[in-house]
Amino acid sequence: MNKPIRVVSVFCLLLFLALLVNATYLMYVRSDALSEDPNNRRVITATFSRERGAILVGKDAIARSVPSDDKYKFQRTYSQPFKYAPITGYFSWYDQTGVERSQNEVLSGDDSRLFVTRLVDLLSNSDPKGGNVQLTINAAAQDAAWEGLEALPGDAQGAVVALQPTTGRVLAMASTPTFDPNKFASHDFGAVRDISEQLNDDPRDPLINRATGTTLPPGSTFKLVTAAAAIESGNYDADSMVPGGFQFKLPQSTAVIRNHDGGNCGGDRITMTQAMQVSCNVTFLSLANDLGVEAMADQAEKFGFNDTSLEDLGGQAESLYPRDMDPPQTAMSGIGQSNVTATPLQMAMVAAAIANDGDVMRPYVVDEVRAPNLSVLDRTDPQSISKAISSTTAEELTKMLVATVDSGTATPAQIPGVEVAGKTGTAQSTPERPPYAWFVSFAPADDPQVAVAVLVQSSDTSRDEIAGGRLGGPIAKAIMEAVINR
Amino acid sequence: MSQTGTLMGFVHRRRRGAELFLLVLALMVGIGAYAAVGLGVEGVVPADLVGYGGWLTALIVGAHVTVRLVAPYADPVLLPLVAALNGLGLAVIRRLDLTYEANGLDQHTFARQQLTWMTLGVILFVATLFLLRDHRVLQRFTYTAGLLGIVLLILPFLPVIGREINGARIWINVVGFSFQPGEVAKVLLVIAFSGYLVLHRDALALAGNRILFIDLPRGRDLGPILAMFGVSMMILVLQNDLGSSLLFFGLFLAMLYVATERPGWLVVGGLLFGAGALAAYTLVGNVQRRFDIWLHPMDYYPGTSFQPVEAMFGMGWGGLIGRGLGNGFPERVPFAYSDFILSTVGEELGLTAVMAIVLCYGLIVERALRIALISRDGFGKLMALGLGAIIALQVFVVVGGVTGLIPLTGLTTPFLSYGGSSLVANWVVIALLLRISDQARRPAPRLEPVDDSVADSESTQVVKLR
Repeated sequence: MNKPIRVVSVFCLLLFLALLVNATYLMYVRSDALSEDPNNRRVITATFSRERGAILVGKDAIARSVPSDDKYKFQRTYSQPFKYAPITGYFSWYDQTGVERSQNEVLSGDDSRLFVTRLVDLLSNSDPKGGNVQLTINAAAQDAAWEGLEALPGDAQGAVVALQPTTGRVLAMASTPTFDPNKFASHDFGAVRDISEQLNDDPRDPLINRATGTTLPPGSTFKLVTAAAAIESGNYDADSMVPGGFQFKLPQSTAVIRNHDGGNCGGDRITMTQAMQVSCNVTFLSLANDLGVEAMADQAEKFGFNDTSLEDLGGQAESLYPRDMDPPQTAMSGIGQSNVTATPLQMAMVAAAIANDGDVMRPYVVDEVRAPNLSVLDRTDPQSISKAISSTTAEELTKMLVATVDSGTATPAQIPGVEVAGKTGTAQSTPERPPYAWFVSFAPADDPQVAVAVLVQSSDTSRDEIAGGRLGGPIAKAIMEAVINR
Repeated sequence: MSQTGTLMGFVHRRRRGAELFLLVLALMVGIGAYAAVGLGVEGVVPADLVGYGGWLTALIVGAHVTVRLVAPYADPVLLPLVAALNGLGLAVIRRLDLTYEANGLDQHTFARQQLTWMTLGVILFVATLFLLRDHRVLQRFTYTAGLLGIVLLILPFLPVIGREINGARIWINVVGFSFQPGEVAKVLLVIAFSGYLVLHRDALALAGNRILFIDLPRGRDLGPILAMFGVSMMILVLQNDLGSSLLFFGLFLAMLYVATERPGWLVVGGLLFGAGALAAYTLVGNVQRRFDIWLHPMDYYPGTSFQPVEAMFGMGWGGLIGRGLGNGFPERVPFAYSDFILSTVGEELGLTAVMAIVLCYGLIVERALRIALISRDGFGKLMALGLGAIIALQVFVVVGGVTGLIPLTGLTTPFLSYGGSSLVANWVVIALLLRISDQARRPAPRLEPVDDSVADSESTQVVKLR
């Protein structure tokens, strides 16, 4: 009977070999694919049970994990939930947004830069901890931004971005209405699902970070780009005489555009500075018309239009300057209308570039990656994206913008003892809705430390009162003061 | 054959010292794993480590001493393999208990119950070795064992004592205890098959009519095969248990093939089973669905395929070296302590441990088949082969099911899974194997010339046809 026993042995050997091969296939070859399966709750459960790193502003943890006494060992808490929600995003069982998402590897402790920490944890048999993320945010500036938005009358929607011109550091970023990330971090997953559905259905889009995610016509603030393109063309400077007057007739059309106050900007020929001071539509319509779509688009793209630049946060919308506009649309683009759209971040980048001798710096939110013991593992280096304008152009523009704040439309942003450069904007959308109020500025003009863009959207304030400066100016001013006086 | 040649002049050593050394290693696995569970889950070495370790050691040493006393020539590798698997299983079940307790579940004393069952298993192991001094005695009970085996298989279908737990009607309830009679029936059927086949192997091998290419057996010889086929199909249809069905019929076929040395039986049996399984697939919707879940598990998640898919996620999450005891989420898999214990091992101890466990089973089967090879009597050969085949098939069905190689069926992983009936029955299986190997490895009785010992054991063999 031994021969068949040997045959049976070989058969059994094959059975066990099949088991070993299949186990290897399942647990080694398919391991990563299984971990990425959206149905696989193990990865997120592990993250929930681990001490996730903190998100730091200055020395304060605006998001951190505290021990929890339920099934999961740690509870994520946000100390100033609404103020920082657009930056931190939320960390829920189902998904993450904001820095919680972009820095998930670091915060959860899986990042390769935390390898040594992980190794030590493994050897000492202590629970692995996540690394910390230090933000570029200036707490005082963020406070000012948030309080400014909150003080807006009625059911306001708005956003603020403040940048450090020389580096691109985001000093403040706020958006309203917003949400409470603590609700998303709850371990009551049913409630999380409910709040998620409720906020997603909310017509006011509280989950959107308006500072980077909403694009709207930039209105008169886009005159900075038009003026930049004009001066870069070599034919103009701050004192050049440019067309003024009551109205501008659009090319290939019978339509006529007037100035916002119905005036003549102070004459048929005025200086560029004066045109900027009074935000003269006729001047910039005419300049854009003369420069043409290519020159305008080139200039806009150098400032960062038609692209995204902020890598630390998801959900950034592209600010657009389409190259296929016809001459009337091109002329209208000169005053930030027709098909031009921009995010508050983009307009802050324009202001920052002018403040920084024309260098556009890549905006960033994450300053440092730190180990659980707070030692610095990595630091973001400022990075120049493009040279938007020459430093001479920047100087000329700065002169014009300072004049606009000193004795023009942007007077609400004046700070005693500090030279402020700024520009208001009021953009039309549809006749039924109130226009958008914009305000961009930087200060001090001779040594810029902060560039700000403010957007106020669909405020209850009556139409004629909105001239950008009245709504956005005080907010911009408060932020600039917070940064300069620190 | 060279193997026979070496065997002829070869006297087996007892190797009890080697067994003791391997047992120490096995105990280190079991007790070490228990300590690691405490450290991993609760952060402290379990308070009862000494008591637990002492108990485990006492059981294993008791088994070892028994072997020394009454089966000194028995195979030295089997007991350590079983001790390691049983100890590791206990630790893993304990690890799940701790999580179940932390999650507030009522049932979180599986490890303690398993230890009780293991104690009973070892007592029966000792008793078997003491009482059964020669396995050939069992040949007298061929038909008794067969009848009892069939009765045990049918018991769960009877009213009052039969019970359905978790959709499988494989339990009986006697005075408050739940028991899976199928586990005992396996052993009884191996005895019955061995006794029957060793008597009728010549008839089954020779008599019959050759039709076309196949030597068909005589009608009266076909009876037991058809009966066994009927039992298997009954299990498949009534219990909806492809695993047990495959196990019993596969066992029978392997033994029949070895007894008759005629591969034709494998063809006949394979066709029969294939036809039966196909009929069940077509006629019984449940079988069909189970098959579909196996092919496309993700489509049924998180419904009917929740268990296998969670097990796959868990094992994938474990990767090469696992998450470490206490650092995974094996409790996400329903019945992680019994049928799916291997997914727990895979998640927390990794592919490395899964391979080690499969290799342990492989070695158990290898030892069983080696015993079958060297056994001097046909009954012993068939029994050792049958017991080895049971373990091989059961491991293949359950491990293959858990890792997604074959459709999922509910069977316990021998020695590892929680389950009293299975554990006790498997300890007896090992006792029987040790008894047969003791007989086989013992120096041949001096009346017979050494050179003839092998030929003698097959003295009734017939002239080979090929």
